[in-house]
Amino acid sequence: MAYGKKVLDHYENPRNVGSLDKSDAQVGTGMVGAPACGDVMKLQIKVNDEGVIEDAKFKTYGCGSAIASSSLLTEWVRGKTLAEAGEIRNTDIAEELALPPVKIHCSVLAEDAIQAAIEDYEGKQGRKADVSDEAGLAEAV
Amino acid sequence: MSDINLPIYLDYSATTPVDPRVADKMRQFLTPDGEFGNPASRSHSFGWHAEEAVDEARKQVAALIGADPREIVWTSGGTESDNLAIKGAAHFYQKKGKHIVTVKTEHKAVLDTCRQLEREGFEVTYLAPQADGLLDLAELEASLRDDTVLVSVMHVNNEIGVVQDIGAIGKMTRERGITLHVDAAQGAGKIPIDVHEMQVDLMTLSAHKIYGPKGIGALYICRKPRVRLEAQMHGGGHERGLRSGTLPTHQIVGMGEAFRIAREEMAEESARIRALRDRLWDGLNKMEEVYLNGDLEQRVPGNLNVSFNFVEGESLIMALKDVAVSSGSACTSASLEPSYVLRALGRNDELAHSSLRFTIGRFTTEEEIDYTISLIEQAVQRLRDLSPLWEMYQEGVDLDSVQWAVH
Repeated sequence: MAYGKKVLDHYENPRNVGSLDKSDAQVGTGMVGAPACGDVMKLQIKVNDEGVIEDAKFKTYGCGSAIASSSLLTEWVRGKTLAEAGEIRNTDIAEELALPPVKIHCSVLAEDAIQAAIEDYEGKQGRKADVSDEAGLAEAV
Repeated sequence: MSDINLPIYLDYSATTPVDPRVADKMRQFLTPDGEFGNPASRSHSFGWHAEEAVDEARKQVAALIGADPREIVWTSGGTESDNLAIKGAAHFYQKKGKHIVTVKTEHKAVLDTCRQLEREGFEVTYLAPQADGLLDLAELEASLRDDTVLVSVMHVNNEIGVVQDIGAIGKMTRERGITLHVDAAQGAGKIPIDVHEMQVDLMTLSAHKIYGPKGIGALYICRKPRVRLEAQMHGGGHERGLRSGTLPTHQIVGMGEAFRIAREEMAEESARIRALRDRLWDGLNKMEEVYLNGDLEQRVPGNLNVSFNFVEGESLIMALKDVAVSSGSACTSASLEPSYVLRALGRNDELAHSSLRFTIGRFTTEEEIDYTISLIEQAVQRLRDLSPLWEMYQEGVDLDSVQWAVH
């Protein structure tokens, strides 16, 4: 099977591989997928007091397209507010990486991963923040 | 390592290159200055010479499996031989009964043919192999019924290379008057076969797995006791009416030559290939969390099927672009299913997703094996560094206890 240039680039030079301290209150962790299905993605975001993602790390077990999807995602979410990051859709990832139809599920998993990471972070903060408010707040600061 | 030609081919079970000796022989049966005649032409020497060449090839193919040349019918390859054997015997003997027994780890050419017969009203029992890939003979025996007309068991599995005890199965089926079909596409030329000693009734053979050309195969059909088949291809009545169609002389002589070479060189070649296979396994087995799929002893010399835990097979293949191997994970196809063969062995899905098949052959060198080992070590390490499962394993997390969101 032939891979697209961008998939190969992310696969060969994955960005932001690693782990953040998952017990840190500022870190949100999203772990999605299952080994039995052939892919597991772990995405971690570190959110500052302004609600901006200042760091993102990933580890992925899966095919090249799954690795590329999560690698790209870490690039995209860095510097974004939680609200902005929460708006990333799998179709954006699939389009950017030119994923073939059989690999669309990899981008779906990446979207699930960022959603799960945001949810985990918000859960830790002890409030289900209204993300639009928070984004507004961040802008106002 | 400077004299290694990349990429390295370690997928001999998918297909083999044509041996140059075979190609030379084939070339003599194509062009105007060669023997290009139609073997069915009875009225001139072009036809007679082609027919002689076909007869010679028939002897060479028969000799490798201890058959009589009259027991060999040419086909287009393994898939057609499986279809002719299974549909042909099932249709011919359906008045005796409509029950067929086969194994879950058979090639798709057998399984899908059996599915078709189910649609036609046959009943098929699909036996699960044991964890080592081998069939439980007592379970096979228990599955045989008064209305069982056909048993189909492959000699050597294409994915894990395990060798079934065909002789024991043949004894069972012959005693009961049940027709035994054996797909030996992966076994012929690699381990000794004697169809009469093993009491096999029908045997599928393919040329391109043992250095012959693609597009040619044969079906062995036992004469004593006589096995009857209903033809699947109708036409000019070639091959005693069992398989009509002009005989492709160049393909047939290629298969004959490949089988001749295999018979003469098998013992020596197998020892060399086994040593390379063992060298590869020794090298890979030095890594942590590496598992062999299928029994190591009851196995064809050139096959190694290995699971690298916590690494997904397709991503590993991507890292190994200089080594041609195949993945037990069918993630590259639309199905996203791990290997049905490994699942049938009871391997968990993670290990099935993490497997690679290495198949070594006539032109593999020791340098290629050593180079492959070092490439795989690097790739597995790199991908494990990327793998959340490896991280959890290192932290002592029991992955089976995790609640995964199965999607």
